[in-house]
Amino acid sequence: MNSNMNLQGAIDCDVHPLTPVPADLLPYMSDYWRDTLQVRGLDFWETIAYPANAALTIRADWRQQSPRADANPATMAKTLLDPHGFDHAILNCLFPLQSFRDGNMAAAFASATNDWLIDKWLSRDARLRGAVLLPIQNIELAVDEINRRADDPRFVQILLQVMGEQPLGKPHFWPLYAAAEKHGFAIAIHAGSTYHHPVTGSGWPTYYIEDYAAQSAGFHTQLGSLISEGVFVKYPKLKVVLSESGISWMPAYLWRLSKFWRGIRNEVPWIDRDPMHYVRDNIRLTLQPFDLPNDAVTAARIMEQLGSDDLVLFSTDFPHWQFDGDDMLPKGLSALQVRKILIDNPRATYSRLAAPVRKGAHP
Amino acid sequence: MVRHVIAPAKDLPAGNRIRVMIDGKPVLVLNIKGELFALSDTCPHRGASLSGGILTGHVVSETPGEYKYSRAGEILRCPWHAWEFDVRTGRSWCDPKRMRLMQLDVKIEPGASLVEGPYKTETFPVRIEDDYIVIETT
Repeated sequence: MNSNMNLQGAIDCDVHPLTPVPADLLPYMSDYWRDTLQVRGLDFWETIAYPANAALTIRADWRQQSPRADANPATMAKTLLDPHGFDHAILNCLFPLQSFRDGNMAAAFASATNDWLIDKWLSRDARLRGAVLLPIQNIELAVDEINRRADDPRFVQILLQVMGEQPLGKPHFWPLYAAAEKHGFAIAIHAGSTYHHPVTGSGWPTYYIEDYAAQSAGFHTQLGSLISEGVFVKYPKLKVVLSESGISWMPAYLWRLSKFWRGIRNEVPWIDRDPMHYVRDNIRLTLQPFDLPNDAVTAARIMEQLGSDDLVLFSTDFPHWQFDGDDMLPKGLSALQVRKILIDNPRATYSRLAAPVRKGAHP
Repeated sequence: MVRHVIAPAKDLPAGNRIRVMIDGKPVLVLNIKGELFALSDTCPHRGASLSGGILTGHVVSETPGEYKYSRAGEILRCPWHAWEFDVRTGRSWCDPKRMRLMQLDVKIEPGASLVEGPYKTETFPVRIEDDYIVIETT
């Protein structure tokens, strides 16, 4: 166990504030949308991602705190950042606006949620950083939202869901990547779905356990799409962070992609290097869930198979239940690997972390 | 140096290929638009005979959606896993340093020059008035 591991200065790259409900967002909406939400009775959204009472949604001891540990910056600081001395936590708010059909309404919610995040979280603890939510339903409006947040260095990444309407490598999405690359935002692809399509290629599963385990297969699709469509040829500086994807699937999938590339690369001649090179240059993985047995030999072997110590970014996935006690790091990592995972890799991935945040300069 | 007379030139017109054994090893001889190429017939990946592979062109690209196609018929693809080999260099496209085919020196020589030897022929007579495909090995 690594319970005595020094986590001082760590950057936690996947942390979830308690998801707001529409009533929380009303103050950040235009008169039209405030009125519309009330008139139409749009007061609650829930997806089957992280059902409120599922054990995985928040660790039991954190749920029992009052207010619960993810409720506000003070409880989060007390539970997570203060005891371990984290430098930063990057907040991925999981409000399910990706499921909306109406791009205009999604844009209103995205903007309101981003403003809510600034007001209730980012402006209340200088260590907190945020992910920009986008109305992915409408690319022009999504680019507008990226540009709107570009001047606020507290936003360091863009948040997308792993299962959407179509694979994320398609040129339809490229304006997002152009804007993200221009402003230095990483693109975080997080476990989750629009739930407009089944979460597997074979239809709807029955149980939540199947849904949650299927998420990593969604990441296969996105990784294959982003590489094959040439996103990293077009936007070589772009960093894509696979958040809460798990780790263990990556070497096996990469081996497969690499093997088939050797025989059928004519189809995608712009991919002129083994696909694993794009992973090393452009793809990062958050640490939790570290979906492997908790033994040092297995962990070390997977890290070796990833082929680079630059890929993994520290995350707790707080408050989701991925580890017990304070055992946030797997066994079997070298001191250098730990240092890179906790600090160096996140800082290299999130160029916007280096930008100064001037007090009072941002709303 | 040994010269192996492998076939009468007229038996391998453009667009054709033959597989021969040289010093006990299979060699693929290709006539591509009148130009001869001789390569090891054993894929360095899993040992397939390349004789059954198709010949295609070379495609490269600078950016997604662009296809620069050239050298039609000069890329030999292994029939098992479709790896591409450049008939001019023997090198594979995907792993050119490690995965390459041995190239052999092949040419057409008049029968008159061959009677001076030393050479090895397959089971056909060499006639002074005909041309022959000759592979030289050391």
